[in-house]
Amino acid sequence: MEKGLSGLRGRDFELSDVFYFSKKGLEAIVEDEVTQRFSSEELVSWNLLTRTNVNFQYISARLTLVWVLGVLVRYCVLLPLRVTLAFIGISLLVIGTTLVGQLPDSSLKNRLSELVHLTCCRICVRALSGTIHYHNKQHRPQKGGICVANHTSPIDVLILTTDGCYAMVGQVHGGLMGIIQRAMVKACPHVWFERSEMKDRHLVTKRLKEHIADKKKLPILIFPEGTCINNTSVMMFKKGSFEIGGTIHPVAIKYNPQFGDAFWNSSKYNMVSYLLRMMTSWAIVCDVWYMPPMTREEGEDAVQFANRVKSAIAIQGGLTELPWDGGLKRAKVKDTFKEEQQKNYSKMIAGNGPLS
Amino acid sequence: MGSRSSHAAVIPDVDTIRRETGFSQASLLRLHHRFRALDRDKKGYLSRMDLQQIGALAVNPLGDCIIDSFFPSRSQRLDFSGFVRVLAHFRPVEEESPGIRDPKQPEPLNSRMNKLRFAFQLYDLDGDGLISRQEMLQVLRLMVGVQVTEEQLESIADRTVQEADEDGDGAVSFLEFTKSLEKMNIEQKMSIRILK
Repeated sequence: MEKGLSGLRGRDFELSDVFYFSKKGLEAIVEDEVTQRFSSEELVSWNLLTRTNVNFQYISARLTLVWVLGVLVRYCVLLPLRVTLAFIGISLLVIGTTLVGQLPDSSLKNRLSELVHLTCCRICVRALSGTIHYHNKQHRPQKGGICVANHTSPIDVLILTTDGCYAMVGQVHGGLMGIIQRAMVKACPHVWFERSEMKDRHLVTKRLKEHIADKKKLPILIFPEGTCINNTSVMMFKKGSFEIGGTIHPVAIKYNPQFGDAFWNSSKYNMVSYLLRMMTSWAIVCDVWYMPPMTREEGEDAVQFANRVKSAIAIQGGLTELPWDGGLKRAKVKDTFKEEQQKNYSKMIAGNGPLS
Repeated sequence: MGSRSSHAAVIPDVDTIRRETGFSQASLLRLHHRFRALDRDKKGYLSRMDLQQIGALAVNPLGDCIIDSFFPSRSQRLDFSGFVRVLAHFRPVEEESPGIRDPKQPEPLNSRMNKLRFAFQLYDLDGDGLISRQEMLQVLRLMVGVQVTEEQLESIADRTVQEADEDGDGAVSFLEFTKSLEKMNIEQKMSIRILK
């Protein structure tokens, strides 16, 4: 701010200071960092999907022909195969977990439930033609820890569970998701909340603390951004997950946008149309990096710890870091940020001592 | 796919807007794209709420004043031409010599005069053509929040009005405003480079 405001007469207030703020304001109106994170990433070169055709124009008849072939392949060949696989995967999951849930608690039950989860998730990932590269498998999250990752879409869950079982945290849904949730909780303990309970942060923290205290329970999977971002950046991590204690295992997930856009724009598409879009893309290709575990250091509060983890994930995944809250796409920004700007400015004009 | 018709056809009155604002076709398309992105409920116009949702604007101390400048005369709807007209004030000035310009044509929106008029209007809250000491105080208060005491703020406002006020009426008119800023490089300070 100092650079932008320096004027003719040193650093006292001038009439021209209004220019700086109005220019910043209008720049934000033309393009701001947050809004662009909630639309799909723009591609450098077209990948023959209409949905990513934002800036490209008609080039030649040959390209149109290739595109038509692509459409035929995707919709008439790949889509039916994928839908069938998805069907098989989900039914197996529901049936399998219900059956395993009948067994009494024992290590056999845990092993079977792991088997069921892994197999069905792998089938579901194949249903999306997912190709996943796992890096640093030695750092895979252990029992009794909390796994933290950047959030792009509900498919993140599938991608992580193909390589290991996690206890999930989330709201209870209705419909198809609800059936799956109820089935899964029979086989191994997930933490599903009612919508009303989620508002009570202490209740949530208490339940999560109980879960990780039990070292035999699976690591909890949490997405601290709280909302889906378009995989070009990492937004503010909410501090709630970092107050629970325990070891945090960060995981970075980066999708390759050339094969298919995995971002779920929940205000634009509902779940079913999103899945259809996924199944009619070329493939879902992504990289998953497991990172060494982190714990909160002495004298570090939850917010600083959250930021540290966020930076680590951003650097690993090659994403940019933003201090903004992902919830901004729905709610207004807090006044504390405006006060900070006001403070900076006042220090400049009034901090020069008493005026004559 | 490829043979989509030119987007410009989607923008209403695109030729009039181009003439008045001087934006290039590409810039207009980009701004139209942005307009539609900000219009989350697809109403076809923007409301105050749509602009307030921009994080970087909401934390700007003058954010509300800037939003008001888009909505003149109590209207609650901002259509695309209104949106672009305000943004045109911040278009960078071209390097052409003033002699070539046709004097009969209205001054381009991004001329020095019009940029200054825009800034003046941010201070002049009641629109009477004069910045009174009270209005100066109000705008200052917006920029500093609660961080500065009333006395300090009053002395800053008094000093500023005194320095700019030439005819001694206790308020700053537009001419006095322009005179006090004549040495300032307005063209550069009030231009957003990406808006060509």
